[in-house]
Amino acid sequence: MAGVPLYAQFINLLAAILLLLAFAMLAQRRVLTLIDLFAAQGLALAISTGVVAYGTSQPHLYFSTVLTFALKVILLPWILHRLIRRLDVRWEFEGLINIPTTMLIGIVLVVFSFNLALPISQLASTVTRSTLGIAMASVMLSFLMMITRRKAIPQVIGFLAMENGLFFAATSATYGMPMVVELGIALDVLVGMLILGVFFFQIREQFDSLDLRHLEKLKEPDQ
Amino acid sequence: MIEVVLILTLPLVGAAVLALIGERDYAPEVNVAASLCTFVAAAALTARVISSGPMLVLDRLFFVDPFNVFLVALTAFVGFTTSLFSRPYMRIERAHGRLSTGRLRLYHSMYQLFNFTMLLALLTNNMGILWVALEGATLATVLLVSLYRTPASLEAAWKYFILCGVGIAQALFGTILLYFAAEKVLGAGGGALLWTELNSVKGDLEPTVLSLAFVFLLVGYGTKVGLVPLHNWLPDAHAEGPTPVSAVLSGLLLNVALYAVVRCKVLVEASAQTSFAKELMMGFGLLSVVVAAFLLSRQKDIKRLFAYSSIEHMGIITFAFGMGGPVANFAGMLHMTVHSLTKSAIFFAVGHATQKAGTQLIDGIRGLITLSPMIGWALALGALAILGMPPFGVFASEFLILTTAIRDQPWATPFLLIALGIAFAAVFSKVQPMVFGETNAQRLPERTALIPVFVHLGLVLMLGLWIPPYLAEWYRQAARLIG
Repeated sequence: MAGVPLYAQFINLLAAILLLLAFAMLAQRRVLTLIDLFAAQGLALAISTGVVAYGTSQPHLYFSTVLTFALKVILLPWILHRLIRRLDVRWEFEGLINIPTTMLIGIVLVVFSFNLALPISQLASTVTRSTLGIAMASVMLSFLMMITRRKAIPQVIGFLAMENGLFFAATSATYGMPMVVELGIALDVLVGMLILGVFFFQIREQFDSLDLRHLEKLKEPDQ
Repeated sequence: MIEVVLILTLPLVGAAVLALIGERDYAPEVNVAASLCTFVAAAALTARVISSGPMLVLDRLFFVDPFNVFLVALTAFVGFTTSLFSRPYMRIERAHGRLSTGRLRLYHSMYQLFNFTMLLALLTNNMGILWVALEGATLATVLLVSLYRTPASLEAAWKYFILCGVGIAQALFGTILLYFAAEKVLGAGGGALLWTELNSVKGDLEPTVLSLAFVFLLVGYGTKVGLVPLHNWLPDAHAEGPTPVSAVLSGLLLNVALYAVVRCKVLVEASAQTSFAKELMMGFGLLSVVVAAFLLSRQKDIKRLFAYSSIEHMGIITFAFGMGGPVANFAGMLHMTVHSLTKSAIFFAVGHATQKAGTQLIDGIRGLITLSPMIGWALALGALAILGMPPFGVFASEFLILTTAIRDQPWATPFLLIALGIAFAAVFSKVQPMVFGETNAQRLPERTALIPVFVHLGLVLMLGLWIPPYLAEWYRQAARLIG
């Protein structure tokens, strides 16, 4: 790693942590721990954005650091915790596929993402380009998590984790999107979360549970 | 400039006002007034663009050219007529006790907010804001789909949220890749996502990255267009939401999402110099037409039936834009217009029919022509129009698309023809007994709002017989713009 500045090595480390946390979320059965893992991922993301901002002197990235920290480490986990308290759900949940198989599929996805990202990272001029594959892998892993979970809250956490991965892709490939876009995305995520909160109560009121098996009635009629 | 500001602020103000007073007796009128003002502003903007050409507004933040102004006018118009339809429709729903006052407030406020997000998506010059606005459109409609809080509507809304959310996350990744490619040419900062800037340097953008970006963008926005195999949310969301929402989802949102795809296609095609984007769009389009046509005959719910018909028509339009060239683009835009007008008219008629029959099941609705002749005729004519019978406008655009396909893509023509034939048989055989079948139900004396239906069908008829010269010129300019 000679020739790579210290801060870039630090970013690589944080990227690795991000990926590990994505795997940990994939394997986690308990919903409260899942939220903590999501908050930790948000923290890793905020720190790495801050380090990129410092290392490459991109002042607008400081702003996204603060935004990421406020939104993903404090606000969203807080909303999720509150929801869970209000809805009084503390169950452990089963995935559709058992954990070891899910992990194996996850590894395949990581290899696939690195291959997909290879041509792009070669074109990138940013010091953080090697992390693009990781960003893509964590998007894919969150996707996998959404597919394999049956309950509403883990699916939503998967959705939010996917947004983390996308944000990481944006910082590592391009030093972040233009400010106005970033603000818009943050607004959408927040509003989306609030709507989901309302929505959870509606589902619970209707079905007395947040199990998505109740939501599999609408199908094509058989003839 | 003032028109653009008005078009965007009026629905926003409407949403804020209706959030406070949306349950009052006069709220539907306020809703209509806000939509009417938006439409007037859109008409003024259209007149301005026709007379003085494309323009950039507010430090390049908004961009108006013939392509998006025609969609702005269409969106504002259908938004207005739908608000007219929703006035008696929602009153009847409330009288039947299906809605509480709080939900009525939510409905009116979200209706305006939804219009705002669509108009923002159309007018913005920034590909990132386009993404934000389209995601906003999903968020605004999720709670509208689940308005009745029935198990089925909650399921539909959940599916809609998750599928469109995941889809649009793919589009965000595509947008990041687009920015990544553009930043090399245009430098970092806000300028690198502006469509006008991208369009001026589109030949220099890195082709590999852009091709990859287009795959993500097409899958992402294509989910919202309802392209097969990403269409699963669409029939559920259309069938379970209130009918005015089905009308705007089908008539407007799908168009706006397709608009986003076409904007991206223009960039990718010029950069990659291959027919990659074209083929991808034609493939998805054709698959949607064929699959939707086959699924039409299996539907038992009238709103689901017409939702599948929307998938079929969006497939046709995607195929047309995929072929590209002046004629196909012209036909694609004409088809967008006539499909919006016809499909929303059909949903208005269907809404009244289901209210009268008290069910959405096709088997439960019989003999509309004796129960309520106007609704019967509206549904029959609407169905004939959407099936592409001459002299309606859908015939003209489908004819243009088919003849262009015969010339440019002969392999695709049999698929299109067979699919259209199957769709005709399926829809016609289902609508015919609904309109003319035997019934022993009572005539219900309820006020209906069928003026929008006949205005829409009248316009579609006019477009089939005679396209006003300025409109044709406008389509031609837009067709040139998107190559």
